[in-house]
Amino acid sequence: MGIDMTGTFGADFLVRWLAAVAEAVDREAEHLTELDSAIGDADHGANLTRGFAAVTETLAKEPPATPGAVLASAGRQLISTVGGASGPLYGTLLRRTGKTLGDGDRVTREQLAEALGSGVAAVAQLGGAQVGDKTMLDALVPAVQGLRESFAAARAAAEEGALATVPLRARKGRASYLGERSVGHQDPGATSSALLFAALDETALAEAGRTEGAS
Amino acid sequence: MSGAAGSAGAGNGGGSQPVGIVLVSHSSAVATAVAELARGLAGGGDLAPVLPAGGTPDGGLGTSSELICAAAKGVDRGAGVAILVDLGSAVLTVKALLAEGDDLPESSRLVDAPFVEGAVAALVTASAGGDLDAVAAAASEAYAYRKE
Repeated sequence: MGIDMTGTFGADFLVRWLAAVAEAVDREAEHLTELDSAIGDADHGANLTRGFAAVTETLAKEPPATPGAVLASAGRQLISTVGGASGPLYGTLLRRTGKTLGDGDRVTREQLAEALGSGVAAVAQLGGAQVGDKTMLDALVPAVQGLRESFAAARAAAEEGALATVPLRARKGRASYLGERSVGHQDPGATSSALLFAALDETALAEAGRTEGAS
Repeated sequence: MSGAAGSAGAGNGGGSQPVGIVLVSHSSAVATAVAELARGLAGGGDLAPVLPAGGTPDGGLGTSSELICAAAKGVDRGAGVAILVDLGSAVLTVKALLAEGDDLPESSRLVDAPFVEGAVAALVTASAGGDLDAVAAAASEAYAYRKE
């Protein structure tokens, strides 16, 4: 029931996406922490692993009925369990996205892109950052743009955006204290944001396989 | 915010309950010590309630929404809660909690102020009966005090 014939997604698809994100941040935790120790406080990997583990645990225990409710629940969990700036930032991203999706049973990719757009805008407002500041927005903004086209385009745009943070000078958060010394390092937040969209693409691919297998 | 609002009793709406103050730091030791400092410098008489919310529940450095919400409930007397924060995730977590709208007491407010000086100014003003606007204004005004 992930993707039906008309290309819409149910709550179960969003739950599988977040489970895939939890796996990805756990797998990449060491890499994220390594990037974060260069220009941050070396807790990004551990913080996200803890946060998304709590997300999947809660979703398994109390599975919400709609895609919007899945994301709202995940957002709340991240805000309350992460302990670093990524908690309120990713929490706000998912919660606002969930709120924008509303209480429909199924959503299209286009609707998800639209809702994620509002989530990204909320993140920008919360952190007071914009594209080019060497933050997660450098991956999120192009990813949402790409998602209007396809899951694969979103993934590619996010990964490209994360890589493009390397030559940038950080203007927000702890890394901004480093000034020029932040140049030459890939931003950990943009890197984890790219993991979210890689996981989304993988979940969609797996889902297409399931649907084909079933028909 | 006007110069005339300088007296400690400014903004006293006549309500008998004081504004509560929460001090959010990445470090439990910092939050606790600043609360202690503010109580010490605020002088005698009845002090408004002030509680620290520092670090993570396991004692590490970071920000805990759980500790923040517990502290806010602990100081809430119905006259509002002024929340002062140090930096980074402390700022973002309180903003995100306020946007969420149901975990913090109603009329909780993030106050834009220097952490140490703002805590002292907030506690003095709240203890003198200032309302939430007066407490927030006094704490923010601490930014204007230049040290050289």
